[in-house]
Amino acid sequence: MTHTALLVATAFLASAVEMVEALTIVLAVGLIRGWRTALTGAASATVALTILVVAFGPALVHYVPLRGLQVVVGTLLLIFGLQWLRKAILRAAGLKASHDESAIFEREVGELSATGTVTTERGAVDWNGFVISFKGVFLEGLEVVFIVLTFGANAGRFGPSVVGAAAAVVLVAGTGVIVHRPLSRVPENAIKFTVGVALSTFGTFWGGEGIGIDWRLKDGMLLVLVAIYAAVAFGLVAWLKSGSTRRLPGSAQWRTS
Amino acid sequence: MNLLRGFFRFWYDFIVGDSVVLAIGGGAILMAGALLVWAGAEAIAQILLPVMVAGTLALSLPRPRNRTEG
Repeated sequence: MTHTALLVATAFLASAVEMVEALTIVLAVGLIRGWRTALTGAASATVALTILVVAFGPALVHYVPLRGLQVVVGTLLLIFGLQWLRKAILRAAGLKASHDESAIFEREVGELSATGTVTTERGAVDWNGFVISFKGVFLEGLEVVFIVLTFGANAGRFGPSVVGAAAAVVLVAGTGVIVHRPLSRVPENAIKFTVGVALSTFGTFWGGEGIGIDWRLKDGMLLVLVAIYAAVAFGLVAWLKSGSTRRLPGSAQWRTS
Repeated sequence: MNLLRGFFRFWYDFIVGDSVVLAIGGGAILMAGALLVWAGAEAIAQILLPVMVAGTLALSLPRPRNRTEG
């Protein structure tokens, strides 16, 4: 139960963060190059990402030995999770600029506008805009695919991670359709902090099982690891804040704007 | 050639990102854990694994300078 709940929550949060970033690019393309172009690019990328999950998911479960998979996936998740956590800690301590969706949106709109006004026939797709929209969604989505695949392969079932990721895609896309502007009020760094803790936890847990550790607390160890890593991360933020390391203006915050 | 370079660039960014310490540390932690398990010290590995993860994370961060400086 703990395992499944954590899987769903982590996949949801990781996917939400990446989709918020992708939405910013799609909105910029839609505004400058037309909505048909932006949505065609986004939809094509989503199909490509889905194909990746369908193609590699079952193969990982059926053909790769669980022990080996746990070691490889555990190592990658550990590295990946610690990278997310490191960035979130630096941002929380004010040592790294926050991810500002509004600023990114303005920059994307500026760059797209600078390449000139594109006059396409009514209903036609501007291929330059298509590529930008496709790349934006595909590259952000790759991290989600990685999480869905690794979680699913280790758990032996893809349901929880797919449900979590899909729910986030639907939520972010739906919100984007309604508000029609970048979701700059999403507390992105707090979410990245949480996902970083969760990925590091799963990396340790599965990697540990892969090298032959039989966790004494079983799934309960997941909660212990979450508590330890969260406490350490908060402690590191406080430690960095206590020093006089130069801070970036406006970066010591949990929010993105 | 560009495709190949792009492929390696992607994996380098994906695994190393902006911290080599974490990239090396992630693998080293599990290797150290595996050695402990192999040596029959699994109970110690259960405790040391999270400690090494936390330590590696701390090592990857910049050292704060003393408040009294400049």
